[in-house]
Amino acid sequence: MREITYAEAIREALRQEMRRDERVFLIGEDIGIYGGAFGVTYGLLEEFGEERVRDTPISEQTIAGAAIGAALTGMRPVAEIMFMDFVALAMEQLVNQAAKLRFMFGGKAKVPMVLRTPAGSGTGAAAQHSQSLEAWFVHVPGLKVVMPSTPYDAKGLLISAIRDDNPVIFVEHKLLYKTKGPVPEEEYTIPLGVADVKRGGSDVTIVATSIMVRRALAAAEKLAQEGIEAEVIDPRTLKPLDTETIISSVMKTGRALIVHEAPKTCGFGAEVSACITEGEAFFYLEAPVKRLAGMDVPIPYNPKLERGVVPQEEDIIRAVRELVGGKGG
Amino acid sequence: MRDLGLGEEKLKLMLRRMHEIRSFEEKAEELYIRGMVHGTMHLSVGQEASAVGAVSALEPNDYILSTHRGHGHCIAKGADIKLMMAEFLGKETGYCRGRGGSMHIADVEAGNLGATGVVGDGIPISVGVGLSIKLQRQDRVVLCFFGDGAANTGSFHEALNMASIWKLPVIFVCENNQYAMSTPVKKAFPIENIADRAAAYGMPGVVVDGNDVLAVYRATKEAVERARRGDGPTLIECKTYRWKGHSKSDQQRYRTREEVEAWKKKDPISRFRSRLIKEGIITEEGAERIEREAKETIEEAVRFAQNSPEPSLEGIEEEVYA
Repeated sequence: MREITYAEAIREALRQEMRRDERVFLIGEDIGIYGGAFGVTYGLLEEFGEERVRDTPISEQTIAGAAIGAALTGMRPVAEIMFMDFVALAMEQLVNQAAKLRFMFGGKAKVPMVLRTPAGSGTGAAAQHSQSLEAWFVHVPGLKVVMPSTPYDAKGLLISAIRDDNPVIFVEHKLLYKTKGPVPEEEYTIPLGVADVKRGGSDVTIVATSIMVRRALAAAEKLAQEGIEAEVIDPRTLKPLDTETIISSVMKTGRALIVHEAPKTCGFGAEVSACITEGEAFFYLEAPVKRLAGMDVPIPYNPKLERGVVPQEEDIIRAVRELVGGKGG
Repeated sequence: MRDLGLGEEKLKLMLRRMHEIRSFEEKAEELYIRGMVHGTMHLSVGQEASAVGAVSALEPNDYILSTHRGHGHCIAKGADIKLMMAEFLGKETGYCRGRGGSMHIADVEAGNLGATGVVGDGIPISVGVGLSIKLQRQDRVVLCFFGDGAANTGSFHEALNMASIWKLPVIFVCENNQYAMSTPVKKAFPIENIADRAAAYGMPGVVVDGNDVLAVYRATKEAVERARRGDGPTLIECKTYRWKGHSKSDQQRYRTREEVEAWKKKDPISRFRSRLIKEGIITEEGAERIEREAKETIEEAVRFAQNSPEPSLEGIEEEVYA
């Protein structure tokens, strides 16, 4: 199969969906001739024109609001917020409108929209352009949250998100945009709410999201050389969450490490941990569930500091060794 | 009136709607006082002309977006008042099956895209509705109601700008009822007219006597025609007054009784009614009949709502997602 980048996979999903369904259009800042701050929508303006690749003024609240209004009345907008940090500006519309309209109106409305946004640190952009804020959205009933880690998943999940009748927050990672992987040329969907076992293993379960999936897989290869077989699970969608895949893996391995980039306190990992420990899997645990997450600090500028405040491959290796070591074997 | 192209039947319907709104609001307050209402409510008594005048300039398939003070908009759009009252009382038969209540009544199929509880939030959504109409090449417009308070939110500025640069078919109707809760417009605006802000967004700004239903109709009609021509949005400011408090908790310490009484003398309903009688469109008895029938409609709605079942908690988690 041919290999393309994560950014190309997202662009291909957008292009194919826009060709298939004229209700799909893009709205956001500098997504037209500029191609978006990370070039994801580059070239779509030429094919679809300014009507459907719609550059906006710097008005995040109205980008979100316009997507909602269009979705309510028959369109399928895909909005882009240039950096995930800026979703704070759009939060009102997403949380108080998009998430609630269907329920609040007794099920008589639907809001089929996607909000794409790049998250994550590692680009030297410091505290206001590097955050991973996915947990905010997971907490709001009415929103779905998707966080792909590979080009293949990005394409299939984005197509599903566009076809979904609910508001979907689609969280991309800046450092993944240039990573390559096999992606079919034709359209395909990956259902929302289905986790993927990225690597099988019997000694420890690693539940990782977004870029941490890559780091966990790299760590798992090194751990295998020490005789530790890690199973790496990528939930892919944080809401709805495929708890079954996680729980059955933990029941098999008896150990769980949860890895994400966002700060630890009230991060998504806490939810995963609770899912494991509040049910039957608790009785299969041979060691306490461990969370490896970003420090509870804003992302700093200096590259050494920036790298140091979020989990890296070596941190995952160390954490797994501790978990497995706790077994005494 | 004739020059506005309004026929007798339409004028009578407008009077009927205004009476229905007044009766609905008075009944809502009465039910609250009798302890029959669970939540809050925001009454629009005194503002009937802006709701009816504006919506009467629309075609049935046009959209509206309403506000927390939205009962009047909903009735003006031709809602089934029984379903409204049932929603107000939190019943399963209500427009939103008792999930929304007074602040979130919507009738999506009829083009009422709902009332919002957060001041100003409907304005960005109206941009999306206008965009949707344009992209689908529909012969429709969207009319977005909001109050003077909303005109000071960031949403207002972002949304009016975006609607104007894209020449979207949106009519922004600001019902300036003089107070954002307790804050008078004099304290919240450094300008005399909110409509003057339209100039900053390159669209017409029109100030109308919001207690004159025909003036509101005329201004809205022009804005609707402009929107349908593809010439973009208009900001209309209806200067009006709410007779009742902001919500049920309001002690009204921020205004005088004299001020309220002075505005009551500009009652939009009696003004319109006497004009219709004077011009021979309706008789005194005919007007009384309309008022009586409006009250009966409300009473019937109350009976329907009271006899309706309560919603069930069963399956509520499955309703969140489509």
